Amino acid sequence: MLTDFLPLFIMVVLAAGLALTLLKLAEWLGPYRPRAVKSSPYESGMDPVGTARERYSVKFYLVAMIFIVFDVEIVFMYPWAVSFKTFLEGGGGLASLAIIGVFILILFVGLIYDIKKGGLDWD
Amino acid sequence: MLEPFLFFLFAVLAVVGALGMLISRNPVQSALWMVMTLFAVACLYLTLNAQFIGVVQILVYAGAIMVLFLFVIMLLNLEATPRLGGLDWKKGVAFVLGVAVLAQLLVILSLRLNAAPTLLPAAEAADATSVENLGLALLTEHAFSLEIIGVLLLAATIGAVLLAKKRFV
Repeated sequence: MLTDFLPLFIMVVLAAGLALTLLKLAEWLGPYRPRAVKSSPYESGMDPVGTARERYSVKFYLVAMIFIVFDVEIVFMYPWAVSFKTFLEGGGGLASLAIIGVFILILFVGLIYDIKKGGLDWD
Repeated sequence: MLEPFLFFLFAVLAVVGALGMLISRNPVQSALWMVMTLFAVACLYLTLNAQFIGVVQILVYAGAIMVLFLFVIMLLNLEATPRLGGLDWKKGVAFVLGVAVLAQLLVILSLRLNAAPTLLPAAEAADATSVENLGLALLTEHAFSLEIIGVLLLAATIGAVLLAKKRFV
């Protein structure tokens, strides 16, 4: 029901409100006298060199991609985990386990492929 | 009374996020505006009593997919996009296509809005989309679809490794 989520909405609004209020309060109460040197990014006491947005290695992308696949996999396993008790009571426990087992087995092939190809190795 | 208010609140937030994404020059800022849109859409799902889809929207889209978007932006090392120059034929084609899609959407909307929608009672809708009932449907009626999704995810895993790992043996 919609009203069940009211506490959640109130919490989100409170959290966002608190964060913004504290930020604005700090700016309002504390002395705020920016200068060019004070506003420059701190890099171990040296003058900053180059841009902050360096190019990233593709390795990060690979890890993120594999993560998303397993993330989506968990999304499909979650309803099974919740409804498993109902399946057990209705006598379909083994059948549901077999169906999700085939699902996991298909994805296990992908995991084996990743490991064999070195997709999970960092170097 | 509450439901129309919430719908318009989140709909406006979603549209503002989408506009911010289009308008901001910095690609990273665009991505962050898109997170706002995705959150607002997740809240819209919640108001439709689709709790599981709403939570998954935040977990997968606002969490994982946006991280992937940010990685791509950083991989390509995009600077702020330059201001739009004069017209050329690509922009003309883009404009015509955009207007065509908009017209199509408007026609579909006007056709659908004439027909009165049949609404489930809220309690029934919440029950039908509960995680447990989703699981029951997913493993009985839609068991074959589940395995096909498994094959799709397998293809995604292999594709990611194929694309990113250049040194094959």
